[in-house]
Amino acid sequence: MIDSIRGRSLLSLDDLSRAAIVEVLDTAESFVEVNRRTIKKVPALKGRVVASLFFEESTRTRLSFETAAKRLSADVLSLAVASSSVKKGESLRDTIATIDALGIDAVVLRHRSSGAALQVSRYVPHVRVINGGDGQHQHPTQGLLDAFTIRQVLSERHDTTGLESGAELFTGLKVLIVGDIRHSRVARSDVAAYAALGAEVRLCAPGTLLPDDVATWPVTVVRDFDEALGWADVVGLLRLQSERGSGAFVASLDEFTFTHGLTVERARLLQPGALIMHPGPMNRGVEVDSRVVDSPKAIVERQVANGVPIRMAVLYLSVAGSGEGSPL
Amino acid sequence: MSVIIIRQGLVIGERSGAVADVLIVDGQIKEVATTIDAPSAAHEIDARDCWVGPGFVDLHTHLREPGREAAETIESGARAGALGGYCALVAMPNTEPALDSVALVAYVLERGARTPLDIAVAGAITKDRAGESLAPMAEMAALGVRLFTDDGLGVQDPSVMRRALTYATPLGVRLAQHCEDERLAAGGTMNEGALSGRLGLVGRPALAEELMVLRDIELVRLTGGSVHFLHLSTGRSVELVSNARDEGLAVSFEVAPHHFTLDESACTDYDPVFKVHPPLRARSDVDALVDALRRGVVDAVATDHAPHAPELKDLAFDEAPAGMLGLEEAASLTLEALGASPDPLEFFRLLSRGPARIAQLRRDDYRVRHSAHGANMLAGEDANVTVFDPGVQWVVDRSTLASRSMNTPYEGRAMTGRVRATIAKGHLVVDEGRLT
Repeated sequence: MIDSIRGRSLLSLDDLSRAAIVEVLDTAESFVEVNRRTIKKVPALKGRVVASLFFEESTRTRLSFETAAKRLSADVLSLAVASSSVKKGESLRDTIATIDALGIDAVVLRHRSSGAALQVSRYVPHVRVINGGDGQHQHPTQGLLDAFTIRQVLSERHDTTGLESGAELFTGLKVLIVGDIRHSRVARSDVAAYAALGAEVRLCAPGTLLPDDVATWPVTVVRDFDEALGWADVVGLLRLQSERGSGAFVASLDEFTFTHGLTVERARLLQPGALIMHPGPMNRGVEVDSRVVDSPKAIVERQVANGVPIRMAVLYLSVAGSGEGSPL
Repeated sequence: MSVIIIRQGLVIGERSGAVADVLIVDGQIKEVATTIDAPSAAHEIDARDCWVGPGFVDLHTHLREPGREAAETIESGARAGALGGYCALVAMPNTEPALDSVALVAYVLERGARTPLDIAVAGAITKDRAGESLAPMAEMAALGVRLFTDDGLGVQDPSVMRRALTYATPLGVRLAQHCEDERLAAGGTMNEGALSGRLGLVGRPALAEELMVLRDIELVRLTGGSVHFLHLSTGRSVELVSNARDEGLAVSFEVAPHHFTLDESACTDYDPVFKVHPPLRARSDVDALVDALRRGVVDAVATDHAPHAPELKDLAFDEAPAGMLGLEEAASLTLEALGASPDPLEFFRLLSRGPARIAQLRRDDYRVRHSAHGANMLAGEDANVTVFDPGVQWVVDRSTLASRSMNTPYEGRAMTGRVRATIAKGHLVVDEGRLT
């Protein structure tokens, strides 16, 4: 278990302790405040170079990471390599070596292949690697921002602050994750974060969309979606990954909506205070009805907004490294 | 006149071994006796504490020529084989283009004849290994080809496999199958299980292999044909084929060193060097394979030596090609698997006699003349001899391998037992553990 990401790469949430996660959430709190200022910039990473290397299409994650790096005053090298390295005729190692030769402190990597971030961290051990999503494996900053968003909303309700509440509000928190868990890196990171923080996690999905190793996950798998909706404090929806062939794992999108879509009717089963989350981009009308996602229970926009402070926190801790100094 | 004398090794016959001298004159074994007075010009090999037996035969070598000479050539593969104690290699047909015609087979045989080893060829079962229409097996058989396979892929369509068996049987040739149902394997890149799920890698289930093993056993029963099962990787596969063999069906199987040495946990760091098809399996399967080796039910150890240029193993795990080296490590790993007191007879059966019988390597079969393999160490036999030191310790260093590629999964591994000398086609090819 890793107790702090200071000075380290962030590849997965699987091996982060509760303390390490809380440290990121707490650090992000201070950056939320920075993002409200007129001058939304701090010199924490001045002179440092962060490369953003996206081998897979992404708009929001990339924008969020690059905004975060710029607000920390880092220089950003941005490379879109939205085709597989095989097609390009260059190996992953060579691509990384080329970027590294420009002189970088960190690389944010998004890749369609599971494990690519770990491989890159092996190729350039002196560079901090931030996993921006690798295949079906992990999307650690999404897991962190989801946990951060839950803590933020719940601490407001309890008239406290995220900093004061630590991980307390997660103890016994009932989280239901629904949908295409098999192909979801977000689900893997979310479950790791929620479980480490002390939440009780249930999964509900068509049999074909549960992962092969679900028996080893710190979760309970439930069949009755309606009953689970009544149980949950938080409902995490996932994008049905049609682009990863998920369409073939269910009879039709329509049937998926019938069995596991959060329709208006189903949303009535939710507790009054329940929260609805989605990592985006959403398939409106498939995993969630538009009217539901536009209701006050949904905190999707806050998730997006929190992407920047969480990624600032991750970059700051990882790149600035040791020492307890304030980033502000 | 070339004279080689191998002094005081444990000479391994089919049923027993005895310490003796072996005299080799002009490429043939001249005499095997307790002590031999050799002519003064004889090259002496001190084989005290070594095993001296028929040269190893690899049923499963990817020599990559023609088409991917950056990874391996017939020449470099033969040198790697010689260092590993091999005197004969069966070249797999998944080259570019595939070995599915007389011209291509003849090309490889002729290139092979220039190397120090005997290079046999496994021809493709179907044209371009596409699994659709039969390749000209009769014409290739006339060149001496005795094994046919689409290795890299199994023949997916059962009706094509059935037809191939019915066609091949009267030719006196044997089909060799890479058993994996690709639809069930679903494009997976490692063994399916809890680990593949955690790593977010698509799994190739053991069942994808076992289903095709079952299918082909029943097709052998139906057609009266003969199948050699390549690189079986699960305990269940081994059980199915050995039971079928016990029933009297014409089936045989090999296991590969990586499958009885490494398990799926090697993939944890996403290093594509550990990517192979069939994949490295669960620990229980590795244990079952070792157990099968120790019970003596395995017909042959075969390397599935699969060189890949370094840049192809520097890709993401799911983008990198499958396959790993094995020629230079197979004998040591076989020794290790046989346990604390390995039986030298069994060792040579697995690496020489068994595979030679399956490859049907006989003296006069090929248009390009081959020597005999897997024979007893008797006067008059072709000198294909391996001198193996079972006591020496060494560490795998990929930078010193003879292969053109570096994708060994055993880098840094401490090994016991190594080839001291290889005499292939009557010539001393490896002496003191080095190429001559």
